[in-house]
Amino acid sequence: MSKPIITFENVTKRFGRMVAVDNVSLTIDEGEFFCLLGPSGCGKTTLLRMLAGFETPTEGRILIDGQDISNVPPNRRPVNMVFQSYAVFPHMSVADNVAYGLKIDRVPAAERDRRVEEALELVQLGGLGSRKPDQLSGGQRQRVALARALIKRPRVLLLDEPLSALDAKLRDQMRTELCTLQETVGITFIMVTHDQDEALALASRCAVMNRGLLQQVATPNDLYEFPGSRFVADFIGSVNLFEGVLAVDEQDQAVVRSPELPADIYLDHGVTGGRGATVWAALRPEKIELHKYTPGQPPPVLDDSPAGSNLVRGVIRHESYLGSESTYDVEIAGGRRVRVLRSNLTRWDQEDFALGEEVWLGWHACSPAVLLN
Amino acid sequence: MAKRSAPGPLEYLRRWPLQLWLAGVGIFLYAPLVALMVFSFNDSRRNIVWQGFTLKYYEKALNNASLIEAFVNSLTIAAVSTFLSLILGALAALALWRFRFPGKAGFDGALALPIVAPEICLGVAMLVFFAKVLPWPQGLPWPLNLGAIIIAHVSFSFPFVAVVVRARMASFNRELEEAARDLGASEWRTLKDVILPHMAPSLIAGAFLAFTLSLDDFVITFFTSGPDTVTFPVKVYSMVRFSVTPEVNAASTILIVLTVVLTAIALKVQGDPASTAGGHAALDRPKNRP
Repeated sequence: MSKPIITFENVTKRFGRMVAVDNVSLTIDEGEFFCLLGPSGCGKTTLLRMLAGFETPTEGRILIDGQDISNVPPNRRPVNMVFQSYAVFPHMSVADNVAYGLKIDRVPAAERDRRVEEALELVQLGGLGSRKPDQLSGGQRQRVALARALIKRPRVLLLDEPLSALDAKLRDQMRTELCTLQETVGITFIMVTHDQDEALALASRCAVMNRGLLQQVATPNDLYEFPGSRFVADFIGSVNLFEGVLAVDEQDQAVVRSPELPADIYLDHGVTGGRGATVWAALRPEKIELHKYTPGQPPPVLDDSPAGSNLVRGVIRHESYLGSESTYDVEIAGGRRVRVLRSNLTRWDQEDFALGEEVWLGWHACSPAVLLN
Repeated sequence: MAKRSAPGPLEYLRRWPLQLWLAGVGIFLYAPLVALMVFSFNDSRRNIVWQGFTLKYYEKALNNASLIEAFVNSLTIAAVSTFLSLILGALAALALWRFRFPGKAGFDGALALPIVAPEICLGVAMLVFFAKVLPWPQGLPWPLNLGAIIIAHVSFSFPFVAVVVRARMASFNRELEEAARDLGASEWRTLKDVILPHMAPSLIAGAFLAFTLSLDDFVITFFTSGPDTVTFPVKVYSMVRFSVTPEVNAASTILIVLTVVLTAIALKVQGDPASTAGGHAALDRPKNRP
């Protein structure tokens, strides 16, 4: 159904001894909003720059529409880029900036003017064509960069950390606009970012990279709920990781026993690890529930887990109130701290937990993810 | 009378030590020039005591064929050597800015040599060079007979251009160049549309440096000029060897006025220095710059 537009075939890029991109194979489909995500220095920008033509792969091939473009110079590739610094030409007006690509392509002046106007309308800069870049705000300069790249109707639009230089409020707004823009123009977008929120919010699919290696390629939902490795689990969102051994591993249930946790972690599905394997149980803070502890009272009942599992006692050591939610650091027996996130559902009559208070931590049998590496 | 408030902590200009200092600087800088200009109107042959106002020495200077010839020579040499220095200097700066190559450090150091080497050494070196290595043919028609001087002037002025241009290029955002390439521009087109506009203020500044250096150079020119290729400074020197007449003052005054006017025009062309000289550094955060 969806047609592949870009293919990386075993692409490796070395700078001297440093391996920036290590044997990456990846296919991106037409119409996708694809995010390359990873910490700084993971090779994501190098991958993007190879696509734009500013770097050439040391090994492997890059195909656009089935054509090997490894030796095509950047000015002859059907891709355009929005640069991290926007790179708006400071000595040209906004309209001249946007028209630049068409001028080089010798598009007749009348058509050029019409398309420039269209492009400026598209990024909501209509009427600002005669301004100079130094009369624009950061967000407006970014729109110029977007219009300038989109006006050439590229097969693929590349975005290098496009939102990193904007303030939080504007970033949020531009996120929505980028999404709408992509739906409007229907061009494949490939965006590099180190901001996982941004990637989750925008991408139709995400590639997580670390140290030049491709870690996982998946939809944002799958990346978050079904991380393939500890790196991905830890990089996307925040997570509590418990190292342990698979004590039970059957078709419809599994148990992880961790020395860091006084109770067993019970899962209502099997794991492909095999009994006795060393695994890591990943538990997201928002998937842990806090319950009041009262001396002498029985523990809360979990309806989907056997008694003695998925339930531990702890002491609240730290609370951060974040407005829409609060995070708690809870110390459990053995000294390990577990992070718990709780939504502030009501304004004041929600159960309150004080520092030093004893609590129960509980989670559902489907909540932990078991990682094999 | 309202009493003036006491100077604030940072208002040094309202206290006498800095005022005195500024007055001293002003006198040392400009008093000789003003004296030279004033005495160009002095109605006296010996030009030691003020005798009265006259313009006759201007008339005399403007009718002095050999002085005019020297003046035209100087302007020609300055114009040609500035043009050549701009090209050579800008290319050297681009090479140093953009590429890594073996011997780059050596080239960088060698480029500064004409700036720091004593002029007298350069002069003698030029004399030997044009006498032994590359004898410039004698008796060529004007302006080809100025060739040796022009080459000498280019050799000491283009490093100044290179230094200025290179400093300017340090504030260039490489992503601008990549953006142009990305939008379809060839290397040449990128140079013309993106790199040259950024470089322009430094080219203007470099041109003025080169022009001024060439126009008032005496030492090196003295060693490379022949009897039929006299420049203005050399001519003035030969005139004052006999006596400092107001004629020399008049000729010098014309030169000073010309320089001031040219500089004023240049500043006007260049516009507000804050907006041209790296003012965009804050807008386009340069990346990957050492």
